[in-house]
Amino acid sequence: MGFMKLFKHVLADDWGVHPDDHKRPAADQPVRVMPVPAKLYLPLQQHLGGAARPSVLVGQKVRKGELIAEAQGMVSAPIHAPTSGTIVAVTEITAPHPSGLTLPAIILEADGADEWISLQACTDPFALPAAEIGQRVAAAGVVGLGGAAFPSAVKLIGASRAKVTTLVMNGGECEPYLSCDDRLMRDAAEGIVDGIRIMLHATGALVALVGIEDNKPEAIAAMQAAAALYPTVQIRPVPARYPMGSEKQLIQVLTGIEVPADGRPADIGVIVHNVGTALAVRAAVREGKPLISRLVTVNGHCAANPGNIEVRIGTLAEEVIAFAGGLKGDGIGLARRVMGGPMMGMQIPHWRVPVVKGTSGILAFDTAEVAEQEPNPCIRCSSCVKACPMGLLPLEMSARIRNEALTDAIELGLKDCIACGCCAYVCPSKIPLVQYFVHAKGELAAQDRAKLRTDATKKLAQQRQERLEREAREKAEANAKRKAEREAAAAAKAAAAPQEVTS
Amino acid sequence: MSEFLLLLLSTALVNNVVLIKFLGLCPVMGVSKSMDSAFGMGLATTFVITLAAGASWMLDNWLLQPLGLGYLRILTFILVIAAVVQFTEMFIKKSSPGLYQSLGIYLPLITTNCAVLGVALLNVEQKFSLFKSLLYGFGSALGFTLVLLIFAGLRERVALARVPTAFAGAPIAFVTISLLALAFMGFSGLNV
Amino acid sequence: MIAAILSLTILGAALGIILGVANKFLQVEGNPLVDELIAMMPGSNCGQCGFPGCSGAAGAIADGSAAPTCCPPGGKALATAIAAKLGLTLDLSDMADDGPKIAVVAEELCIGCCRCSKVCPTDAILGAAKQIHNVFREACTGCSSCVEKCPTEALSMKPVPVTLQHWVMPKPALA
Repeated sequence: MGFMKLFKHVLADDWGVHPDDHKRPAADQPVRVMPVPAKLYLPLQQHLGGAARPSVLVGQKVRKGELIAEAQGMVSAPIHAPTSGTIVAVTEITAPHPSGLTLPAIILEADGADEWISLQACTDPFALPAAEIGQRVAAAGVVGLGGAAFPSAVKLIGASRAKVTTLVMNGGECEPYLSCDDRLMRDAAEGIVDGIRIMLHATGALVALVGIEDNKPEAIAAMQAAAALYPTVQIRPVPARYPMGSEKQLIQVLTGIEVPADGRPADIGVIVHNVGTALAVRAAVREGKPLISRLVTVNGHCAANPGNIEVRIGTLAEEVIAFAGGLKGDGIGLARRVMGGPMMGMQIPHWRVPVVKGTSGILAFDTAEVAEQEPNPCIRCSSCVKACPMGLLPLEMSARIRNEALTDAIELGLKDCIACGCCAYVCPSKIPLVQYFVHAKGELAAQDRAKLRTDATKKLAQQRQERLEREAREKAEANAKRKAEREAAAAAKAAAAPQEVTS
Repeated sequence: MSEFLLLLLSTALVNNVVLIKFLGLCPVMGVSKSMDSAFGMGLATTFVITLAAGASWMLDNWLLQPLGLGYLRILTFILVIAAVVQFTEMFIKKSSPGLYQSLGIYLPLITTNCAVLGVALLNVEQKFSLFKSLLYGFGSALGFTLVLLIFAGLRERVALARVPTAFAGAPIAFVTISLLALAFMGFSGLNV
Repeated sequence: MIAAILSLTILGAALGIILGVANKFLQVEGNPLVDELIAMMPGSNCGQCGFPGCSGAAGAIADGSAAPTCCPPGGKALATAIAAKLGLTLDLSDMADDGPKIAVVAEELCIGCCRCSKVCPTDAILGAAKQIHNVFREACTGCSSCVEKCPTEALSMKPVPVTLQHWVMPKPALA
């Protein structure tokens, strides 16, 4: 018995962690719609890829849904005015990013009318060609609403090219504290299923598997009811476990296929989208509405009245919290401000940071929740190895990174690390393992950039050398030519002179 | 046959040239920082020891002893060893510049590696045949390479650990290798 | 006595001849390592390392008189690549990475003398005579050879501002 139990334990894929989810009571509160604030701060880079380029002037009046910054480059997304009003500035604001650095943003002053531009609706999206849907989604600036904010149109168009057979819909919402996807699936299941069907049509995939963690029974019931009529949309409850919502893990659980280490899901005929994205795609295609608002979970022990709030993109976190009911005791005991989930979200320096398209939560943690502790030496318990959903060796990798041996860390699979933070979460010595990996990945990216730069410099130096040689040669040639001309002239003169004498 | 195998095993493990006879400690401390250079050093030393063992046996049995020049033994052996090391150095420089660079000064220093001279002299002392001398040389070299590799592996691990400042660097290396020597002493109880 | 002298002489001579022949066959032309290193260096001959050009630095690194970290434009990436090539263990922590710097022209001081653009190893300075010069940020390697040439001190080295794209999460403090 003991032996068999041990054996089972070895074989079970018990990756990941089971943090307390803290999703209720916030998840059970009905959605509150926040009125448009006086000013909206719209960063030009709310997505992965190239930043958008502003297409409005300061002082210009815009209406709700009007394009204010257009996509730039292959992977990018446009930005639209979340309400009607006047552009007052294009300036730098604090980014929702742990660095606390700034990024350029358009500041829009609302006029209170909240007046739409004329929208191009479409009654039958299934009659549209796939490319047209991709274009509509791209024009609406829809990005992945799960957090990574990858432009959805790029994925949809890429999928139809890559012959994707399965669409995996991510309703896992494995991050603790967050419940915006849960709420969305309970309230707008019909719309999500419709969006999924549009995405199936656009990608050419045969079936959509909707993975929902089993700690959300209401969402599962609502989605099952909505999808009952459509056999191509299958609702699949999955065990609640972090990071179930990571695309590689969800694909493996739902389809049984593992995404290769240096590959993408499309390589095995799968793409993953978030359920919230499906709703945004539906709005973009059916109603022509751009992505200008989203559901944000306000949670954490410091939040006086946790819940889900529909917020316009560009609203400051400060105002969202104030609308949600403020902080307990006016923020006394507040230990950490986080945007996104507690595991992979961004720690932000202050609340004057805007909600962007990928913001799923605004979390206010107290000291007990943060439980910061001085790290102790590694005791080689290998908890992190067991927890790592990618099957890596976090303790070995971090030791190498600490010694600046990045090449060794890469050999151990650093590039496969998804920075989910399970290792740091389970570490009994409180070693900031995932911070080491994020640091090392940034360092690697910096080295790659330096490498590119060195190559470019080398090319420039060579070109300069060639230019100098060419100039020297041309000069020498010109000199020689002039000399020859002079000599020829002198010779002609010399030849002409005696003739005159003789004549 | 089993006699030869036994000789090979006992020279490599039981009478390990580094940890039991304490010969050739200098490269073991010097070239054990990474497995790669340790392996290269092991190969080079194996080549030198085996060749020098054979060459010195021939010189001793066919030249020095017939002429009664036993007192020139150390001198001639050093001469032969130096020549073999020079040859090895040229060969490595040509074939693997990277290894040549990483071995650095320790490559010419194989000349003064006492394991090389020691093995040649022990061969004479034990009155081995030519084949047995070659085997003895190869076995010793195998033991040397084994210890070098094990120690390099340990040092790579130690480099990742957080060693107290007072022990960092050479001290922890000495502690490590002494523990390794203790472990190798266990082979002396082997009843083969 | 004579036998001893003779035998040692003959032995020495024989070994000498063998080594001489071997040397002929195993001759290495130049140092192949240096050539490989030169190919890895930026090649802009900016002189920040203190050697005359990249080949000088490559030679110094190969024979061990310079550290692989001596090339600022190459940065950590180059240093690790060289260390891997030479089998050196590298202490990157003493490579002060206080961020790259690039040359910046103070427009109100520039007189358009073109002296800076002539010395720039990567042609990163744009400008014609009597026109205000400017620096291509992407092409500048931060070698600062132009700064000394400027007669009006219009050129100065400024750190490249860290942007969101270039930010790297700091390494956790030692536990």
